[in-house]
Amino acid sequence: MDVENIVKEVLKELEGRLGQENKTGNPEKEKSNIEKHVEYIKEKKVSVDNPINVETIRSAQEITPARIGIGRTGTRMKTANYLDFLIDHAAAQDAVFKDVDESVLKELNLPVLNSTAKDQEEYLMNLDAGRKLDEASVEWLKQNAEKGKQVQIIVSDGLSSTGTPETVPDLMSALIQGLKLKNITIGTPVFIKRSRVWIQDEVAKLVDCDVVISLIGERPGLATSKSISAYIIYRPNEKSVEADRTVFSNIHEGGVPPAEAGAHLADTISEMLKFKSSGVKFAQRLE
Amino acid sequence: MILSTTLFGRTYQFNSVNEVMAKANEEKSGDIMAGIAAESAEERVAAKVVLANLTLEDLYNNPAIPYETDEVTRIIQDNVNEKIYQSIKNWTVEELREKILDSDTSSNDIRRISRGLTSEMVAAVAKLMSNLDLIYGARKITVTAHCNTTIGLEGTLSTRLQPNHPTDNEDGIVASILEGLAYGAGDAVIGLNPVDDTVESVVRMFKKLEEIKNKFKIPTQTSVLAHVTTQMEAIRQGAPADLIFQSIAGSEKGNTAFGISGDLIAEAKDLALRQGTAAGPNVMYFETGQGAELSSNAHHGVDQLTLEARCYGFAKKYDPFLVNTVVGFIGPEYLYDAKQVIRAGLEDHFMGKLSGISMGVDVCYTNHMKADQDDMENLGVLLTQAGVNFLITAPHADDVMLNYQSLGYHEAQSLRELTGLSPIKEFDEWLQKMEVLDNKSRLTKKAGDASLFLV
Repeated sequence: MDVENIVKEVLKELEGRLGQENKTGNPEKEKSNIEKHVEYIKEKKVSVDNPINVETIRSAQEITPARIGIGRTGTRMKTANYLDFLIDHAAAQDAVFKDVDESVLKELNLPVLNSTAKDQEEYLMNLDAGRKLDEASVEWLKQNAEKGKQVQIIVSDGLSSTGTPETVPDLMSALIQGLKLKNITIGTPVFIKRSRVWIQDEVAKLVDCDVVISLIGERPGLATSKSISAYIIYRPNEKSVEADRTVFSNIHEGGVPPAEAGAHLADTISEMLKFKSSGVKFAQRLE
Repeated sequence: MILSTTLFGRTYQFNSVNEVMAKANEEKSGDIMAGIAAESAEERVAAKVVLANLTLEDLYNNPAIPYETDEVTRIIQDNVNEKIYQSIKNWTVEELREKILDSDTSSNDIRRISRGLTSEMVAAVAKLMSNLDLIYGARKITVTAHCNTTIGLEGTLSTRLQPNHPTDNEDGIVASILEGLAYGAGDAVIGLNPVDDTVESVVRMFKKLEEIKNKFKIPTQTSVLAHVTTQMEAIRQGAPADLIFQSIAGSEKGNTAFGISGDLIAEAKDLALRQGTAAGPNVMYFETGQGAELSSNAHHGVDQLTLEARCYGFAKKYDPFLVNTVVGFIGPEYLYDAKQVIRAGLEDHFMGKLSGISMGVDVCYTNHMKADQDDMENLGVLLTQAGVNFLITAPHADDVMLNYQSLGYHEAQSLRELTGLSPIKEFDEWLQKMEVLDNKSRLTKKAGDASLFLV
């Protein structure tokens, strides 16, 4: 059971109890029941004992999501910080193993393709399964995708079920807008369920694009589960290696904001089209 | 060379040294995914029996990837001391194991033997060791290195302070640095993973770290962990760098995937020596991790432990100041759960030390792995007992940029106080001057308050 469900259960139980109390019409008892509920409030606060300058620590906490200014008991964490960590870890673990909500994909108008991974377990434990399209998806691309465009966009759930709904909408609209402003042609964007980065090579070949960009859900951290990475490669082939891919990570509200990232990615893709390269070769273009 | 044995009334015949090596490994999900793991507990132990009886010469003659086709093999074999190798080549792996663990064998003896070993021999002996063997064996081997300060001396436990920030916000990075210093972290290196991997950004980050180091006169090293070519360009443009960093692999194909070669690393080291800011002579920093080669399809059917040992053989050539495995970063496809991560952490540390490099560990896991912070604390205790040169530390163990968990500033100091270890001497003295540590290297009342640096 994940944290969200536990909380729901507890609330339900509490509601039930309160409902009963209400029937008996005993406000005193009702109050005491509420007091029995431990309230968890997630907030950043300075928990250093007797700091020299509490204001500087407070303002330092404002400019980074890192767990600083937390103090200690002996050499160990204080209890509240220890619990914060466990709570965030529980949420992060649960974010990995959910599917992306299909209604979001409909809103984004993204056709849903599949890798050969049949379930989460296979996807997680077998690299190859997530790197290849299943037959129906290959067929779909052959029949329906626009071919010979300059850029192909792929959205992948990757390892986060929340990255796509939370970050991709703004990111993709900024990216598409940026590319259109530069008169760069774009093929039909697609969503590929349970897919890994390398699947972009197969897609690029099928749609015959110059540049393929994958917007892929990063594995959830404790601070965020909404982060998206963009992997871009120019004309991938059998000899392509990791160093041929250009990567932008940490795209989310608390990192590089999606709208800003989309515009930056459009600029980068335009440069790649000009220099006909990506990855380390592309990074060294100015030397 | 005998590649078969009879066990449980059954004959186990292996076809190659690589097959014996792979099947003799403790269970790892990466080897299973690659289709090279032992298929049963019995087959695994049969492979260990065969491996115990192979000679070092058998392993020398059968490198994991042929000499002719792989640069990493060439670098490892060309670096072997011929005289020492000749004197030990008839040892079996069984004998090598017992020689290492023998009370009469000193650190210096092992360091000498090490110069006659290839990485396959280093990997082979690790496969014949229990977890406590790996701890006990590693503990015997002292490897020091000098950049601005000396790491790895007896009685010390060092840390990398990792102040990453999701947007490279300079003030945010400085905040995490000061927090770490207030707990005694950062004597191995203050090392930042930048989000923005462009030359311009890397120059700026190098300058920021240098500014903090100079402002507080901190006796340590700094590093910005971008791609090696980006750091080189940054240095040419005047960025102050103590160390040059790069991720490395155990096969030429794996290194190609990382966009590097032996020549490039040699060029980087040369540049760091000529234009870097450190005293030296050790100016390189490498990261590794079991499974990297498999993920880039560059494993040649070789198991992930052997490939990891080959990373260390490759690293050794460039006299690194720091090498660390990022042990649980890669995910459950390669190391499934806490048991596998803990085993890999102990193996990697032992193999690094036996290879003769200044070895540290990023004790870490991701949120899609079946492991948690308790498991990391366990591994931290084990590695401290094993004499690890350094551990990676982030604020409360949470790296908010790379999205994984390591150990925290608190953990490193807890481990020091549990075992009576100190930071590197100059850094320890500096911390005492700043009133973070007392004269027994324990936290003072003021410690843990980053604002103490801003008075």
